[in-house]
Formats: sequence, structure tokens, C-alpha cells
Amino acid sequence: MTTVHIPFMQTGTLAVGGRLLDLEERSVQSQADRPSSLTKGHRACQGCAEALAARWVMDTAVEESGGKLIVANATGCLEVFSTLYPESAWKPPWIHSLFANAAAVATGIASALRAQGRDDVRVLAQGGDGGTVDIGLAAVSGMFERNDDVLYVCYDNQGYMNTGVQRSSATPPTARTATTPAVGKAPGAPYGQGKSMPKIAMAHEIPYVATATVADLRDLESKVRTAMSMHGARYLHVLVPCPVGWGTSAAQSIALSRAAVESGIFPVLEARDGEIVATHPIRERVDVEEYLRPQARFAHLFKPGGEEGLERWRALAEANIRRFRLTEATP
Amino acid sequence: MREVLEGSQAVAMAVARCRPGVVCAYPISPQTHIVEALSRMSRTGELTDCEYVNVESEFSAMSVSIGSSAAGSRTYTATASQGLLYMAEAVYNAAGMGLPIVMTVANRAIGAPINIWNDHSDSMAMRDAGWLQLFAMDNQEAADLHVIAFAVAEELGMPAMVCMDGFVLTHASDVVDVPSAEDIDAFLPPFRPLQSLDVENPATIGTMAGPESFTETKYLQHMRFLDAADVIASWSARFAERFGREAGGLVARFDPDTLDRSATAPPAKWDDVTVIAMGSVLGTLQAAIEPMRAAGAHVRLVGISAFRPFPTQALRDAVGASRNIVVVDRALELGAQGVLTSCVGGALVGTGSRIHSVVAGLGGRPILASSLTAVIQRAIDGDLRRLEFLDLKEGGVPAPSLGATEVSR
Amino acid sequence: MSSHDAPPTHGLSTSPATSLAYHTGTWRTERPVYVELTPPCQLACPSGEDIRGWLGAAQEGAPGTEKAWRRIVNTNPFPAVMGRICYHPCQEGCNRGELDEEVGINAVERFLGDAALAAGWALPAPSAATGRRVLVVGSGPAGLSAAYHLRRMGHEVTVREAAAEPGGMMRYGIPAYRLPRDVLAAEIQRIVDIGVVIECSTRVTDLAQAQRDFDAVVLTVGAGIGHHVDIPAGAAAKIVDAIDVLRETAEGHPPMLGRKVAVYGGGNTAMDAARTAKRIGASDAVVVYRRTREQMPAHPTELEDAIGEGVRVQWLSTIAQVEGERLTIERMELDEDGRPHGTGEFEELDADAVVLAVGQDADLSLLEGATDISVNDGVVAVDEGTMMTGRPGVFAAGDVSPGSRTATYAIGRGHRAARAVDRFLAGLPMPAEPPAREATYARLNTWYYSDAPKQHRATLEAARRVTGFEEVMQGLDAEHAVFEARRCMSCGSCFECDNCFGMCPDDAIRKLGPGLKFEIDYDYCKGCGICANECPAGSIDMIPEIK
Repeated sequence: MTTVHIPFMQTGTLAVGGRLLDLEERSVQSQADRPSSLTKGHRACQGCAEALAARWVMDTAVEESGGKLIVANATGCLEVFSTLYPESAWKPPWIHSLFANAAAVATGIASALRAQGRDDVRVLAQGGDGGTVDIGLAAVSGMFERNDDVLYVCYDNQGYMNTGVQRSSATPPTARTATTPAVGKAPGAPYGQGKSMPKIAMAHEIPYVATATVADLRDLESKVRTAMSMHGARYLHVLVPCPVGWGTSAAQSIALSRAAVESGIFPVLEARDGEIVATHPIRERVDVEEYLRPQARFAHLFKPGGEEGLERWRALAEANIRRFRLTEATP
Repeated sequence: MREVLEGSQAVAMAVARCRPGVVCAYPISPQTHIVEALSRMSRTGELTDCEYVNVESEFSAMSVSIGSSAAGSRTYTATASQGLLYMAEAVYNAAGMGLPIVMTVANRAIGAPINIWNDHSDSMAMRDAGWLQLFAMDNQEAADLHVIAFAVAEELGMPAMVCMDGFVLTHASDVVDVPSAEDIDAFLPPFRPLQSLDVENPATIGTMAGPESFTETKYLQHMRFLDAADVIASWSARFAERFGREAGGLVARFDPDTLDRSATAPPAKWDDVTVIAMGSVLGTLQAAIEPMRAAGAHVRLVGISAFRPFPTQALRDAVGASRNIVVVDRALELGAQGVLTSCVGGALVGTGSRIHSVVAGLGGRPILASSLTAVIQRAIDGDLRRLEFLDLKEGGVPAPSLGATEVSR
Repeated sequence: MSSHDAPPTHGLSTSPATSLAYHTGTWRTERPVYVELTPPCQLACPSGEDIRGWLGAAQEGAPGTEKAWRRIVNTNPFPAVMGRICYHPCQEGCNRGELDEEVGINAVERFLGDAALAAGWALPAPSAATGRRVLVVGSGPAGLSAAYHLRRMGHEVTVREAAAEPGGMMRYGIPAYRLPRDVLAAEIQRIVDIGVVIECSTRVTDLAQAQRDFDAVVLTVGAGIGHHVDIPAGAAAKIVDAIDVLRETAEGHPPMLGRKVAVYGGGNTAMDAARTAKRIGASDAVVVYRRTREQMPAHPTELEDAIGEGVRVQWLSTIAQVEGERLTIERMELDEDGRPHGTGEFEELDADAVVLAVGQDADLSLLEGATDISVNDGVVAVDEGTMMTGRPGVFAAGDVSPGSRTATYAIGRGHRAARAVDRFLAGLPMPAEPPAREATYARLNTWYYSDAPKQHRATLEAARRVTGFEEVMQGLDAEHAVFEARRCMSCGSCFECDNCFGMCPDDAIRKLGPGLKFEIDYDYCKGCGICANECPAGSIDMIPEIK
């Protein structure tokens, strides 16, 4: 019998691994001896997608850097649940300074390494949406415009979850938070507010900007790999459902991310030097309801009076699909 | 080599010769000449193996410094006034993390009203941040203090501010002997961080402390801070030995007659009025007191070189038996007295001293030798009040201008 | 340097991975547990094949082919035969059918069967000899299945076959264009090779004597007698049994049926007879069937293939009378219960011969006088659990006993009879069978399966195939067989996709290595349920934690 190459795998690249794949085709997360840079014993809530995404991102970055990675972390859930003295769930050298300065601390580390001639050691900064889009924006923007050699990763759970689910500028319209309650004439977060950090990053024309979710590990790993293969300022924005803040069951974090992508609500894309070069096409289009309904923060959309909100969500999804050509495969 | 230099240039040269790995700053008057000079040197090659980072704010300047120091590079920054306050959160953080960053503070007033001129309000606002604060009385000391500051900070694992009066020193030219690179290399040990972000020996730095460990953490920081007094004294003594001039230390003593700086000057006597001050005003005081001494007045001068840690014992030793104290203070503790006065009061508690606070030179108001002479004389005469504002104008602030054009109604 | 009383401040630093000291498993209210459920394909397979298991091995390509084949022959010694003739009820059960198209299980089975024949792989060697002797009467699929399994268990097995060649209906009932004889012969030879003795042209006529000569007897004589219906017919009418047409054709001397042939019946035998008629010279073959297409018992693929070869079907029709070469056909209609009734409308049809394919009867002549062995509805009654007839030591399986008359069912019942005989010989009862939990479609997370169409086996062009008995269906090549195997979703069983391991936010799952699957570290598992939610195969249960 001759050996033939069989391109089709049972689960293709949709699952984490698969015994049928060649070793070199396997994801970092599928390896029994993966770095597990964020290891067990951390105190993230059940089903925390941020904890998951952070391990995925960092494990790939650790592998790509040959184990020579230094991490700067903003204040937030990720920092609090991983480093309650005297315990740390991190394996790489890791520093937390303040809420708003992870990007600048990372610049400092990168500058020191450059001064020391250590071009073998790489630097990653990470924070939540608050530390990135709100309070840390100036430092992130400064790091971007100087094109410092830092990969900045934002884990976007769309609010200040660590402090009890308050609204951030990444909170989407209509979402209920502790400071945008679902009461009154316009329940939830207002329309016409908030900002798109990936677009802001692109406006800096930095070498690499990408978005990803925990619904597609291979995509996320490949983006980290791409980012790590480059130098200069790079930005990765990862949507991370928060069961507590979003009011969902812990088991749904990945399914919700999938729904966010497949409904068109969260465009998954890659940009180089400020220009979008690839978008991740929708595989099985679903209605926005599949994303919204399981989330208690949107419960008012499914009560009398919520129809208009729902329609606006549909319009948003349509606009994304049109603008980012999400139903077309990128060549 | 003795040369005529602007204070900022002297400081920049001294800093460069300390071979920092990273210099990161955001421009603010009156610190600008220092960082301009360093950025130029980083491009001309005078400053090698150094990254000069232009950032978007003082907050980021200190944050970059935190990162670079944690990554094991000798790190320098400079700021002033609003800038120091804008970075306040990171200033505390750097100290808490034990990072031996050296920062020049070109002392300047804090608004509102906005004011770019000199006083000490900025450093004083950061007095409990956990930084060493070393005050320069002239440009020579400003340059020298940076060498000492790196040595002390790196031995302790603790950040240090070198405070020099904005404009008065930063923009004034004087004859300065900036230590040569060779001499500094021989004096200042290479930076060996007590802990750093090291891929070979990974550590988690900056964990969260709960109520069960926070007090102990602060207690240890306090104990380490107390150790700093000896370390400052020790490095200052070694500096004097190597370079043949005094710089730094905990307090500056002055010869009773020549008013020259002298570590061996005797303590003040029971019938002396002791004038305590820090920064460039010490020079003015030297000029004011020397003729008074010559005329037989019992006046002594003591300078505070290390404001943090506050040199309680060294100050008591220098004050000796003197109980009539005048503190010339360039920062105001609103509703109370000068900030330095409070600290002096704390140091002399139990001595029965009469302590007079003379608030002077706020927001760049010139401190005239003649005004100081008058105040000291009143202290000798016993009619100086507990709190006075030097050269305070009668009638307060002039009324605001109505403007050039009339508003039609 | 100065001495320092106090240690340096590091803003509270600590060592990496020290969080292992904190056991988050105490938070859990539900725990994930790996489960192995029974897939619908296996539940639907009358042979009871571990289809998911052997497809899993086949997915590995060349290195897994023999492993896959060995998993098939663990239950069924005829993969090459069944890969051709089985009506694959497994595929009706296949969950993938709800996603896109069912997995072509049968095609992969045939590929594996053919690969084994080409490679000359032997069936597993028998266990240590038990010294017990078993007689199997009949060498059809039930008999050979029983013989094979009994032999593997270490018993001495003799198969006695009345016909000249072994194989039963596989040889005499199924046309060669569906099952080439060399394939059948090779798979039977493999059974002989492990020590099963097959004695052909040896009709067993004395059951009592057989019982004296052997420790147990398994009756698998099949149902090889054509069932008859009464049709008013003239003297010149040529009416033959379909089963005889097929047998005689198989024996190499096909009957002369003429140019126009009418086949009466609607089962698979009717299809085989019609297609065979075309191959042995009929230009026109018409199937006359009383009911509708929906009600037809023949497998849809058989009907489609027959129509594809030019066979016509006259629906809702009965043969009312045969007179010479002229048939009178009565049109039927269905009542409310779906039963056909005559309408009184008639038409005529020319036919040189009428082939009756209205069922087959078991040959029960061996049981004459055996009053302790009861016969119900024309077949031997057996205990459902033990397969034993009313007489201890005498078992029955296949078409002679109750149940579906398909080869796959016969193989499954033959296997069961072998197990029952083994227990009987050991003096033990049949073990209780745990209830199977089905891996339903609802349990799956089908997102993870790649989109992939079924690989259809090429079929010879209809015009070509009717000219002879060459095989109609072509097998899959290696590439396509592996592709098809990889469409299996492994319902209810971990196939090591690494989702649970990779997607655990708490890093609380250990990967044990290839084939060893995973283990949950309950010291740290918080019980979020992501692993269960994202398991493609639905092979993780969340069960309440009992504190």
C-alpha cells in the first residue's frame, strides 16, 4: 500500500488538535508539554475566557520566542486572579505595575533589552479593555506611534468586571452593566458611544493589528505567531466572554465567542501597516439572537420594547458583514 | 575639568557619565535643558549603549523607567512640578517595587495658578512616595549628587530624586567640575539589580498583597528606608574622599565664620540662632549670614541635604544646643506652616526649641539676602513670629484686569 | 558597602507557578467525566460491529488498515463480502446524516476487506483447545459466523453443508455482479484456515445422531425454499421460483426464461431476479408489485440499481392469471390502512416466464419428529437470550430462526449463538448485557467537524453491467477510503481532538499521550463545563458534585 496525503481531517483545524495531524501541524495547546504559561491554581471565575486566551496567547509567544519572553501586565482581573501573594500562576518573567501603564512598562523593558543587546528576548504586554481602551489608551497609543518592539494583547470582556461589572468604552450599546442599568427609557449602555480599539490601532499604521476570539484557537495561535515573527508595535485584540459580567453559564464562553463571529458582531481580521489584509469569513451564519439571548446583560432586548434594540444589533451585524466582507473568503 | 556650565548641562553630563541604559522623559519646564542634552548625547554617541525614549506623558516616562529598571538597566528620568504629580501613581509604584531609578526634579511650583517658577511644592508632594530626596545647593552639588544617587539607589534597591531648584540652578551658569567618565567608572559600581525580569530566572514581580501581608510589606519598606541614611552618608563620604569636595550627605554643616561648607564644622551653641534650609537658598543664606557673623551675631546655618529619609539624628547633632530655630521653607503646608518646618519640628521634638517658619520664594519670588538678614535679626531679637511669609505684599493679589475690550450688553 | 538591617523591597515578588498550592477544585459543583457511549451506527448494525472503533483505526491511513480490519473481524469474518452486499442499516443510523451525508461505512468496510484479502491477513488464531466439539448445520452467513467464533473460542467445529459449495445464500442467492465468487471463496477459505472443517454435499438428516457425535449443534440451514402463491395458470405457463433462478445461475447453468420476464414480488430477491433475468438474456424484465414504491421491502439502492439497468416496475398490480405467454394483471388500490385491494380493472402483459419472488421458506425436514423443538410461523423457535431451541444443546440462528432475513443479521445471530454455545458448554448462563447509552446527535458539537461530502463509489454504467456478472460497484481507493473514514464523528467516544485539554481555562486536564486520552485533574478543575460543551463527540458528562 502506498501512503497518500489525506487533506481532510475529521475536525480539520477547527478543533484544538487531533491525533491524525502531523506533529508540526499541531497547535501549541494540543501539546502535552505545552508551556502552560498561565498554570493551574489561578483564581479566575469558572469559564473565564480571559484566562483561557491568556494561556493560548502566551504559550504561543513563549514557543515563538524560544522561551525568552517577558510579560508586562496591566491591573485587572487577569492580574488579580493570577498573582495573589504569595502565589503566582505565571511561569515566564512577569511584571505588574499599574492599571494604565502596561504598554509603557513594556516599552521600558524593550528599551532596556535593546540597550543590553538582548535582541533574543521578546516583550509582550497585556491588559483588559479598561486598561487598554480607557485608562491605558495614552500609553498604548504612545507605544504604537513610537513603534516600540512590543506585542500588546487586549483581552476584551467589554467592561470593568474586576470591580463589579461597570461600563467601559468597550461596552456595547444596550448592554446592562452596574453603571448602565437596564432601567429607564434607554436601558443599558447608550448608543453612539464606545470606540473600536483595533481601528485606533490601525490608524497608527503599526506593522500588525489583528482581532481574534477563543472560538478559534488555530486562528489565534497563528496570529500570535505572525505577530511574534515581526518587530515593532503589534496589537492583538481578543474577545473574551465573561460569564459573570455577561450573565451567561460558565460552559458557554467558547460557544458565545463563536456566535459573536458567526453573527457578524465581532469581525475577525488582520491588518498590516494600517490596512486590512485578511478577514475571517463567516462559516455558518447565525442570527444575532444566538449571541445575545444567552446573555443576561441583554435580557431586556427580549422583553416588550426590546425589538428596536434587537434590530439595531442586526443592522450592526449587517454593517460589519458588508464593511469587512465577512461572507467572502479572503484569497 | 572645571568649566562654566549651565546647571542642566552639568547634570546631563554627569548623568551621561554614569552610563544609564535607558533615559526616558517627557519635556516640562524647567527640566527641558537636561533631557534635551541627554537626547542629543544619545545621538552624537557621547551616550553609548543607551536608549533615549520620548514618551507621551510623565506617567509613561516613569512607567517606561519602571520597565527598564525592572529589566535590569540603569535608568534615568527627569521632571518637575505638574509632571511629577502627573506621574505620582507611578512614582509610588517604582518605590514599592524597589527599582533604583534616579530622577532629577527641577523644582517648580504647582498650580493653580499655573506657575513655571521655582519652589519645592512638587518634591514635597511626593515626600511619602518612598523615594530618597537629595537636595542640591548649587550646580556642582547637583552634578555630583547624581553620581551619589545612582550608587545609593542601586545599593538599596530604592529610587532617588535629585532635587535642584528650577531656573535658579537649572538655567544658571556657574563654574562646575563635572566628574569625568573614568572617575565615575572607578567610583560607581556597575548596576547589578537585586532582582530583575530575567528569562533565565523568571519571577513574578508586583503581586497583589492582601490585608495579611500589606502592613508587613510597608514595615519592611520603612526599615529599609531607615537603613538609607547610613548608605547616603557612607557614599557621600567616599565621594568626598575621591573627588575632594563635599556633596550630598544627610545635612550640610557650614563653618561658623567663613560660612563655607564644612563637614567638620562644630554644632551650634545655646545662644545661636540656627537657620535651616535646603536647596539653592543656602547660597543666599551664606551671603546673608557671613556679614552678620562678622558683625558678631550668633547665627549658624544648617542645610538639609537628604530630605528623605529625613536626617533626624544628623540634624540634632548639627543644631547642637541651639534652641532658636528659623526654617526658611520653599513649600507651604496650607493651614499649618512650611513643609520642612514640620519635619524639623518632628526631628527636634522634646528639645524645647522655638521653631520659626519663614515661607519664602514661592512660585519663583526672589529671596533677597537683605530680607533674610532682616528676618534673622528679628529672630535674634526675639520678635519673629512662628510663621511668616518673606516679603509678603500688603493688600494681597492685585484685582484682575477687566480686559482690553468692552462687552456690549 | 553598608550593612542593611532590612531586606530590599520588591513590591512583593514571588516565584513562578506557585499557584499550584491553591486547589481550585473545591469550587466545583459539577464535575466533568469522560464517558463512552454507544453510537447509533453500532446500535443499528445487526452484526454488532464496533464501527466507530474500526473507522477510527482506518482514519490513520495505511498504518491503521490492518488494525481496522482486525476490529471488524472481531465480530464479522466477512468484511469483503458484507462491504458489498450489506444493506448497511448502520448508515441509516449514522448521525452524520443529520449534518450533511451519512458516512459511507459500507464502502470503507469493503475497502478494508479487500485490503485484507490482497495482503493475505489471517483471521486471529484460536484460543487454547477446549476439546469440545460443535456441529454447525449449514454454511451460510449464520453458520460460518457461528463456526468462526466457536473456533476462536478453542472449540473443534465441523460445518456440514448439503450443497456442493459453502456459502449458503451468499453463494446461491446473491448474484455474482453483487458479490464476486472469488471474494466469497477467499473469505470462507480464511475461516477454514483457522481450523474450521467444512464438509460440503453432506446433508445432516439425523439430529439425534449429530447430538451424540457432538457436544452441541447449531442449526443454520437457512430458508432456501421458494414460497408459493396460488396463481390460476394454464398448462403452458412457465412459472419458476426466483430462488431457483438465482441458484441455478450461481451454479453455472442459468435457466432459459425467454425474452420477456415478469417477476412477481417486491423484495430484494425480486430485484436480484429481475436483474439476473436481464443478464441471462431477457430484453424486458418487469417487476409486478402489489403495493407502492414507499411500501416496497427491497432496499432503495437495489431498486434504483434495477431501474438503472432498465428493469421496469408495475406498481399496484397483481398477477391474476397466467395463460401461456400472456399475463392478466389486476390494478390494485390502497385502502385507508395502506392495504392493497383489487379494483376489478385488468390489463394484459406479455411474458415468456413468471418468476415468483414472494418469499422463502425454511427447510425444516431435519426436525421431523423432534417434538421438543417447536416451530412458529415456519421458523424454529429459540430462546431470545440463549439462542437455544427447545432441546438442550441444539441452537438455531439465521433465516431458519426468527428475525430479519439479511446476511448481516445472520452474522450477528451466528456470533450470538457461538457465545451461547460456549456458555452452554461451560455450564454458565449468558452474562447480563449492560444497557447501551446511545450517543445521540443532540450530544454532539458538530461545529468542529469539517465540511466534507461523502465519497460515492463509482457505479458501472448501467448499459455495461447488464451484459454480464462483473461486479457493479467499484470500491474506494485508499485515499478515498481514509477520507471517508475520517468523516466519522466518533459519536460518544473521545477521538483525541484535544479540545478539552486545550480549552480548559484552568489548565486542569492532563493529556496522557497517543491513544491514552485525557485525565481531569480534580484538584484544579472548577467544573465550568467548557470541556463538555466543546467536546465534538459528546463524550463528556457533567455530573453533580456530591459533597
